[in-house]
Amino acid sequence: MMAMGSRLLVTLLLVATLLAGCTKPRPDSNGAASASLTIKGSDTLVQLAQAWAQGFMKTHPEISVTVTGGGSNTGIAALLNKGTDIANASRPMKPEEFDKAKANGIDVKEVVVARDALSIVVNPKNPVAELTMQQLADIYSGKITNWREVGGPDTNIVASGRDSSSGTYVFFQEHVLHKGPYGRGVLSQISNSQIASSVAEDVGGVGYIGLGYIDESLKDLKIKANDSAPGVAGNLENVKNGTYPLARPLFEYFVGEPKGAAEVWKDWILGPEGQKLVENLGFITAK
Amino acid sequence: MPKIAARAQEAVVEKALLLAGVLSILLVALIFAFVAKEAFPLFKNYSLASFLLGTEWQPALPPPTGPQFGLIPNLWGSFLVTAGAILIAVPFGLGTAIFIADIAPRRLREWLKALVELLTVVPSVALGFVGLVVVSPLVKAWLHLDTGKSAVAASIILAFIALPTIVTIAEDAIKAIPQSYQLASLSLGATEWQGLSRVIVPAAFPGIFAAIMLGVGRAIGETMVVIMVTGNAGLLPTHGLWYAFTHSVRTLTGTIGSEALEVAHGEPHYNALFMLGVVLFLITFALNYFSGRMLSRSMRQVRP
Repeated sequence: MMAMGSRLLVTLLLVATLLAGCTKPRPDSNGAASASLTIKGSDTLVQLAQAWAQGFMKTHPEISVTVTGGGSNTGIAALLNKGTDIANASRPMKPEEFDKAKANGIDVKEVVVARDALSIVVNPKNPVAELTMQQLADIYSGKITNWREVGGPDTNIVASGRDSSSGTYVFFQEHVLHKGPYGRGVLSQISNSQIASSVAEDVGGVGYIGLGYIDESLKDLKIKANDSAPGVAGNLENVKNGTYPLARPLFEYFVGEPKGAAEVWKDWILGPEGQKLVENLGFITAK
Repeated sequence: MPKIAARAQEAVVEKALLLAGVLSILLVALIFAFVAKEAFPLFKNYSLASFLLGTEWQPALPPPTGPQFGLIPNLWGSFLVTAGAILIAVPFGLGTAIFIADIAPRRLREWLKALVELLTVVPSVALGFVGLVVVSPLVKAWLHLDTGKSAVAASIILAFIALPTIVTIAEDAIKAIPQSYQLASLSLGATEWQGLSRVIVPAAFPGIFAAIMLGVGRAIGETMVVIMVTGNAGLLPTHGLWYAFTHSVRTLTGTIGSEALEVAHGEPHYNALFMLGVVLFLITFALNYFSGRMLSRSMRQVRP
């Protein structure tokens, strides 16, 4: 009986310790002594941020960095609820989110950490090589449903998009659909790689993904700003010279002006080593 | 003296069991209350009619239109994949149940029961993965679809999830029919099959019906599989039933599962997801209630 009682006590203590570990207040990015950073948000940025974290912890073993995805909305929501030190976002914060930050007493600081071209990918068997922004909008709003209508074969279009928590979903809705609704038939996929595998599988597939997710199983299209404009490929050069219509900055949001560990992190990722990784992973440098 | 102690012990156990029973009911009530509490603020700035009758699920649509939280595509998707799953699972499930209960030799019966119950322990993520890499490409090739991400692929996997429930409960219902029923029908000159199909199965019908309803409950509540396999597009049956069945759908569980973790607390979108939860809760509650009534009726009926 005694043994059971003490075992119970030990179990309770262990559980209590675990719970305490879970609810321990996050080290805030202002404390110079804090030696850990949590980063959360954009699924587009998650691979890059993980590569950064690995490289960063080699040079700064005293600071541990944890990176998780979940979508830009998730990251920003977490930042505003003080659930993360840094939020990754593939879209700028909205005015109402800034208001909410102010209401929560957080002075959010925005940093552009890399740039990305949103690539429009199709199945390699699809002969279509370019689309205008208008055609793209018509495909995703459900007006165009067959590749024949844009000069391709008589194949039904299977358009894939992200789920609504994705910054890419929001970016695309604003810049391509002009803030209009997605068509009912657009598949809602939970990650970039799901879109990629779906398009690689289906002959009629089309999807939007970050530049870093393209491989030989996909073909990326040239995009024309309008009917008479030339088709522009979403590559490094065209993002830098500003001719690719679907280029966008990628952000990290900090709680206040980065200090301590957060500042070390910010300087490192914007420095030569961090920006080298940006290129290695298929993104475009911040400057 | 020992008699008094035994009586006291009995009283304690009785009260403890009562407490456990009351607690579990209370817990369900509390869960429902919490879900409802998070859901109803939706109607502060979104009308009940646009939720119940809305045909668009566009949670991030910017002004001037603003976000759209329509129940219809979600409800329709849940209905469609579940109906498909039950259509597939019922013939197989009933056949298996009848075979196990009345036909199979004893040794085989034990094996079959174990195998069917083994199906319940396969995690649904694993089944979802099978759906994604095996079932949906096969379905796509067989039916010449544009994409395998479809209601029909999800239905096939959900049928496997509903099957063990249907088999186990239907088998119990058939077994509960006294042997005398079959003997009586045989003595009136019926063949074994006639006895089975015209006497035993009809007598067990309330229990079989309950089994099917519980199977529906299993299928409609499944989340991971539908997120992975349906494609989550909010299509409506505007091109006919077969078109709908062979195209993508969005279900109540799929929408909640893929969006709930990532939505900011207190936003209308957050409330709307909880509202879908309320609808799902009401559906499964009704299913369980009616199947429970059917089951108790079937038990009463067969008692002489």
